[in-house]
Amino acid sequence: MSEDIFQGYKGKALETLKQYNVRVWGQAMINTSRGVFNGTILPRSENDDDLHIVMKIPTGYNVGIDIRNIIEMKETGYKKANYKIPEKEFPQRPGLPKVKLIGTGGTIASRLDYRTGAVIPAFSPGELYGAVPELADICNLTTEKVFAVFSENMGPEQYKKLAIAIGKEIENGVDGIVIGHGTDTLHHTAAALTYMVQNPPVPIVLVGSQRSSDRPSSDAALNLMHATTAAGHGDIAEVMVCMFGPTSDEYGLLHRGTRVRKMHSSYRSTFRTIGDTPLATVTRKGVVPIKTEYNHRRKDRNVTILPYFEEKVSIVYYYPNMQPDIIDSLVDNGYKGIIIAGTGLGHVNKAIYPAIERAASKGVHIYMTVQTLWGYVHMFVYDTGRDLMAKGIVPAANMLPEAAYIKLGWVLGQTNDPEKVREMMLTPINDETTSREPYNGYLIYQGGVKEIEDFIRKVHK
Amino acid sequence: MKSQFDPRKNYEASKKAVGYIPRKNATQQTYNDIGFMSGLEVHQQLKTKHKLFCSCPAGIYHHHSKYDAEVIRHMRPTLSELGEYDGTALMEFKTRKNIVYRLKNETTCTYEVDDTPPFPLDREALEYAIEISLLSKLNIVGEVHITRKQYLDGSIPTGFQRTGIIGVEGEIYIKDRPIRLIQLSLEEDSCREISDIGHVRIYNTDRLGMPLIETVTYPDMKNPDEVMEACNYIRFLNRSTGKVRTGIGAGRQDVNVSCAGGTRVEIKGVAHTRWIPELTHVEVFRQWALLKIRDRLKGLIPIPENWKINFEYLDFDAFELNWEPLKIAKETGQKLIAINLPYFKGILSHFTQPNQIFANEISDRLKVIACLEKPNILHSEQFKPIIKAEDFEIIASILKAKEQDAQIVIWGHEEDMKTALETIEERCKMALLGVPNETRKSLENGATIFERVLPGADRMYPDTDSAPIPLEDNYIDELRKRLPDEVMSRYHQLKEWKIPEDTYIYILKRNLFPVIKRIILELKLNPTFVGTFFGHTLKHVEGQFNCPVEFNYEIIYALFKYLTLQKINVEIARKMLTEIYEHPKMDFESVLTSINFKPYNKEKILSNLIFLKEKFHSIRWGKNESDETNWILGQLRPVALGNITFSELKADIENPNKPSTKTSL
Repeated sequence: MSEDIFQGYKGKALETLKQYNVRVWGQAMINTSRGVFNGTILPRSENDDDLHIVMKIPTGYNVGIDIRNIIEMKETGYKKANYKIPEKEFPQRPGLPKVKLIGTGGTIASRLDYRTGAVIPAFSPGELYGAVPELADICNLTTEKVFAVFSENMGPEQYKKLAIAIGKEIENGVDGIVIGHGTDTLHHTAAALTYMVQNPPVPIVLVGSQRSSDRPSSDAALNLMHATTAAGHGDIAEVMVCMFGPTSDEYGLLHRGTRVRKMHSSYRSTFRTIGDTPLATVTRKGVVPIKTEYNHRRKDRNVTILPYFEEKVSIVYYYPNMQPDIIDSLVDNGYKGIIIAGTGLGHVNKAIYPAIERAASKGVHIYMTVQTLWGYVHMFVYDTGRDLMAKGIVPAANMLPEAAYIKLGWVLGQTNDPEKVREMMLTPINDETTSREPYNGYLIYQGGVKEIEDFIRKVHK
Repeated sequence: MKSQFDPRKNYEASKKAVGYIPRKNATQQTYNDIGFMSGLEVHQQLKTKHKLFCSCPAGIYHHHSKYDAEVIRHMRPTLSELGEYDGTALMEFKTRKNIVYRLKNETTCTYEVDDTPPFPLDREALEYAIEISLLSKLNIVGEVHITRKQYLDGSIPTGFQRTGIIGVEGEIYIKDRPIRLIQLSLEEDSCREISDIGHVRIYNTDRLGMPLIETVTYPDMKNPDEVMEACNYIRFLNRSTGKVRTGIGAGRQDVNVSCAGGTRVEIKGVAHTRWIPELTHVEVFRQWALLKIRDRLKGLIPIPENWKINFEYLDFDAFELNWEPLKIAKETGQKLIAINLPYFKGILSHFTQPNQIFANEISDRLKVIACLEKPNILHSEQFKPIIKAEDFEIIASILKAKEQDAQIVIWGHEEDMKTALETIEERCKMALLGVPNETRKSLENGATIFERVLPGADRMYPDTDSAPIPLEDNYIDELRKRLPDEVMSRYHQLKEWKIPEDTYIYILKRNLFPVIKRIILELKLNPTFVGTFFGHTLKHVEGQFNCPVEFNYEIIYALFKYLTLQKINVEIARKMLTEIYEHPKMDFESVLTSINFKPYNKEKILSNLIFLKEKFHSIRWGKNESDETNWILGQLRPVALGNITFSELKADIENPNKPSTKTSL
């Protein structure tokens, strides 16, 4: 309890509060060499310095007081804030599809954390409904928090837990599954679930938000509405990512879990399908497929859950002058699989050839992808490529590096036999490699060009 | 049964009952009697190179038709850090607007449209804000915390304004006493609204993100003129640093007004300080009128919570419709609804503002909250009825209305009707309680219209994207050294120099004090002459003539210096000024040539005196003794200008034999 009343304060600032007997959430009058300040003492972010006290002044703003200027300080009252979204029970309506929202943490479900001053995943999915009541018009929603971790802390353990939880829900007969997830590694999880949850009868939609739900312009609410629509009403029974199409609040895109990638650190429309078109667009009115071939929704409850993962797999992003010790150290540390993101058509420099030979001879599985992201690995075009293949590197067609990394981990979790691994790696489960790249699968427009400028004046990016 | 009621008479009678008088007839007693109270929030853009949280250039504007792309957003309310929803937030959410942002690549980056987190705060802006805070005698904070102030009207794409308090508890001065300041904040400017029709509101993003300071006063002003005076003072003070922007929109103010028993109402975005007196006068009486309405209803409706409207859908075909808006409504498949307001007879046509009645309050809210474009209501107390009295009798019977009730008819698309009905009921219920908390938009004629519900402290939220910025003592001490003279000391100095007061606004607003001071101290010219030269002559010339470039006031210092060195009498400067203003590149000698100046000594000028006196007697007009002197002065003026002063000339004409003592200018 004693720590609680000085939430986040440390060092000199903590001493000052103790000296004057003033608590966090206490109303205080602070006399300083710069004049008098009145307000409520707020918790301080743990990473900030220990020279200031934070206070909310009566007009609602926060200010910091330099403790070195304090002459006197007095607590005059106490009022603790109660930060809570009204948690409402979700109304169930006959005729609407049953959708399960699985919470994992991340910005789609988050609130302010006073300790770090940052946004933490802490809204229960139930509270989330309190914030987005429109969900009740879309589906009968039930929620479950499987775990709460930041997107960047998601890993094999969580993939496996999620896959098993999804299997259970399908068995229970839900009409669709939505997974709330932080956006940073959303595409890794989407790939993992594609491999681990095969041939599902219902849509499995991963959704996040690029602007936390504590902001009025957050994309969280609309993304959730789109995701529940896709899960409850859509016909596409695959593992998909549902995020903004344009940065405008207009429509969402459904991306295949193996072909999607986060392409901008902060844009709302950050998720893009690479080397193909997205699966569909989605609005609150429903899902409109773009691709004609996809797995349709089924009435049965059959699904294959394959929750396996070998953690000793790495991804190596090649750069000029890379030294062989990079590969050596992975081998020495017992890594069983390496995905290389090579230059151009899938190349690395001669200097690391010996390291690759050594790795291959020790049974490490090495697959080549391209850091250009778009396009195929073509290792027959240049001698370099042919040399590399001879040394044991397997070209992974147009698999995205992240999708390949997840897949290799998943495959090696099941077998170590090189031929079996190769077969599993190169046999697509759901388009992680494709036999053709459509002409409109690569569209990166360049601003400034007249026809593009004409286009973005009319069409929202 | 309803025959005798005349809405116009009711309006006049209620206006009288409220005690409304025009401002020109009002005295301090008038305002004391109704408890006039007013405070200010003065906004001022800072003259920085960049915007506050990104590297976009500040101060470049485009016409709204010139844009490269558009982005569409919607705003949803969120909880504040203290765990409350903000009233405004909920209202704006009800309106369900599509917000369209127009952006131009040159002035808008991904930050403004909320697709990139903020970059570190612009240090130039911070410095200027601290300087102005010091001039305003504010207590400077130890650490600036960026706070998110929610605005769900869409004027900022994030849905909040990033704002930081720089100082609290300061002081400024009006004529007879100090006015206390609550705080000064540094914030990002909002978008410029292009249009707001139905469910679509369009904004331009060029101004968005420009650094702006907001100075907030306590409600210490006791009459409308004091509010303007305090506002002028703050604006002069801001300008005196030379670090703020000028021109249209660079300075705007929100004026808070209340009467005794009323509520704080904020009049937003007053573009000119000269509008303030009329606006505050009208607003304080509007509140007084609303209290009268409350008192009238109080006797009739003992339990306000139980009061409610009842309504019925009407059939368009049941009435003869010649009025265009209703014809359009019918053709486009809209709904027509009649609403009964129990006990509101005589309230709808009750005075609220000059030529405004309570029904306008309802109509204004319907436009903003329910997105019903005006005209959006018809009612039983219109001065010029659209719906005939007989028809209203039918409507009243459909609604089972009683004699003491009033009726409203609205129309619109089905999906807007729920919000519309809620809005009407809500506004009427507020009438039972008094004056609603709201922000109002100012109109030039002194009237105001509803803009939105007044937001409270509940809309504040710490900005988790920005780290606090410590302000060390030595940094502030450095800034303190650079401060210019304070406006108040300038004020006093101008008074001491006996410069007439009607010139102060012009001089201080344009920051002409430094150049005037130099002319007076360095060139030793008569302060009154210099003050009026700027405050009268230059002001007149600026109003009448065009300067091809931005006029550089330093030219005037150069002009006086030139005249002093050339020993030419400075009175000629008044005549030269027009030429100089229109041709600022012309050298002074050429200007003198162009106005036909020729140097003469006094003897030469006075040599014709005897001849002129004889001439005067021969034409002999006028009967007064001074006529002769004045006529001769007029004749000699062109040649005397620049050579001797008029007072000297006059003395010499009156006493030709006694050489005058030289009066210096």
